[in-house]
Amino acid sequence: MTVTETEIRQLRAVVRDFVREVVEPEAQTIEEEDRIPEGIVQQAKELGLFGLSIPVEYGGLGLNMTGKCMLLEELGKTHNGFTSLIGAHTGIGSVGIVEMGNEEQKQRFLPRMAAGEWIGAFALSEPEAGSNASNLRTRAERKGDRYILNGMKHFITNGPEADVITVMASTDPDKGAKGISSFLVERSAPGMSRGPSDVKMGLRGSHTCQLFFEDCEVPVDNRLGEEGEGYVNALKILANGRASLAARCLGSCEKLLELSMEYAMQRKQFGRPIFENQAIQHMLADTSLEVETLRSFLYRVTSLVDQGKKVIKESAAVKLYASEVYNRIADRAVQIFGGMGYMKEFPVERFYRDARITRIYEGTSEIQRNIIAAQLKREYVR
Amino acid sequence: MNILVCLKQTFDTEERIVIEDGQISEEGVEFVINPYDEYAVEEAIKLKEEHGGEVTVITIGPDRAEQALRTAMAMGADKGIIVDDEDLESADEFTIAEVLAAVIKDLDYDIILGGYMAVDDGSAQVGPRLAELLDIPHISTITKLTIDGDTVEVEKDVEGDVEYIQSKLPILVTAQQGLNEPRYPSLPGIMKAKKKPLERLDIDDLDLDEDEVAAKTETLEVFLPPEKEAGKVLEGDLEDQVKELVDLLRNEAKVV
Repeated sequence: MTVTETEIRQLRAVVRDFVREVVEPEAQTIEEEDRIPEGIVQQAKELGLFGLSIPVEYGGLGLNMTGKCMLLEELGKTHNGFTSLIGAHTGIGSVGIVEMGNEEQKQRFLPRMAAGEWIGAFALSEPEAGSNASNLRTRAERKGDRYILNGMKHFITNGPEADVITVMASTDPDKGAKGISSFLVERSAPGMSRGPSDVKMGLRGSHTCQLFFEDCEVPVDNRLGEEGEGYVNALKILANGRASLAARCLGSCEKLLELSMEYAMQRKQFGRPIFENQAIQHMLADTSLEVETLRSFLYRVTSLVDQGKKVIKESAAVKLYASEVYNRIADRAVQIFGGMGYMKEFPVERFYRDARITRIYEGTSEIQRNIIAAQLKREYVR
Repeated sequence: MNILVCLKQTFDTEERIVIEDGQISEEGVEFVINPYDEYAVEEAIKLKEEHGGEVTVITIGPDRAEQALRTAMAMGADKGIIVDDEDLESADEFTIAEVLAAVIKDLDYDIILGGYMAVDDGSAQVGPRLAELLDIPHISTITKLTIDGDTVEVEKDVEGDVEYIQSKLPILVTAQQGLNEPRYPSLPGIMKAKKKPLERLDIDDLDLDEDEVAAKTETLEVFLPPEKEAGKVLEGDLEDQVKELVDLLRNEAKVV
């Protein structure tokens, strides 16, 4: 089913209103209490936000990449912890099932995930397998109609809340990356336990934790794809998530531009608004330039994705650009706010901290540059 | 229960009004369901949830107004009727009421809801005019509605006080703020709304004569209110301040 421009506009308007009227007034509470009020989560479920990326036949919205990114852009304008809960669930937490799941798995998981009854997460990172993702130690051994998982994962976004986790584990360590398989581990799986929520620099309200697998039993029916396809699955899931992450960054950048403009016009020093100073004007001009550039770049990439084009280089580049621009814009916003920008009572302080992780997770800036370079080599070196 | 809701698409209340060549510019403007009409839509859906039946939303407006109907359908309305206003560009409250009455007279209905006014022109006339044309009772600015059989009980806002009124179906009521908290249209609801039936009419379909429904009023000029100026702080002895205040109210503000 194709989604019309009018529908996207309507969807976007609803998400914008929801963000403005429901989430934004609670942003400070989310920050202080490190949790998202149940009422907001409930309303987000009723709205259908948890089904952004899930096909219509499984109860989701069936949006293409452009539509999905437009909604994530709106969500990026508010507390990034809330955005992260939705983003991880609709992104890396469910994309594996949507893209690589078999019909039975889709039927079993997706409707509940679209309704927000089940929260999704993605577990690849381990202490020895971060950027070097194929170096993982978690083992999965087949015993009859089950796999027995042993090992641990860390930094798992939505880990504490997750009901179904896409877990990467090695079924054949001798084969390295080609010996990795992926599994859908359910909350009820015997032998899985979770560590306490990590204490982080930012993204409060969104929780990460360690996952422990001790002879954890997973039915064969919960294997995603074939044995040995796990690493490629993981890369596909991460590649798919890059544009969406960039969309969230774009929303935050737009919000920071709005906050910075408002403050620069209203804050007076030396008898006039600080906006009248060329130094401030140039900062805002740069911010505006980068917002426009990011927006054009992002929606060019999403339109390529929607046309079914291969966009390995482009999606790495847009994730890289979005996260770095977000950090620069947040830094300028704090500078424009001056002392006030360092205070927790103003949201720019929060955006500044929340921006930092975007250059690290779902592939560091350095890894994105590696991906771009590898693609360049393919294009130019024969 | 057959429930009709008359609604108008208006500027998003957060939009800044820009006047260009004596007209309000619509460029880049976001449109929404008139907030008071949104209460009416919500109330209609609640009535349907409680009593069963069908909700039909009706609007008069240009092409873009379809979006307002689709939003109401995404909230839960079942079908829509739009009267395209190409021949009705300078319509006023008289015209709108006449056209709505022409649409509605052939429909089965138990109750008609609408906002008590539109936030753009704020005239608050269409509801009462329509009820007169249909020859049914009407109650405006309601903040509570209960229906039992064909008995209608409402609480009506009268400038801060409450009037309790009992009446009978069929009836037309207009919504005041406080009637309910409109739901957000769900995102899957928006996707489904496009499949709900929408009827497009023009004034020929309604057997109306353009001249008969021509506006009775004429807009002579459109201008923005003067910019709000900074307030004045009075100083000195209290007695002098009071004298100065009275003097200012009488001679400068000319309100006493």
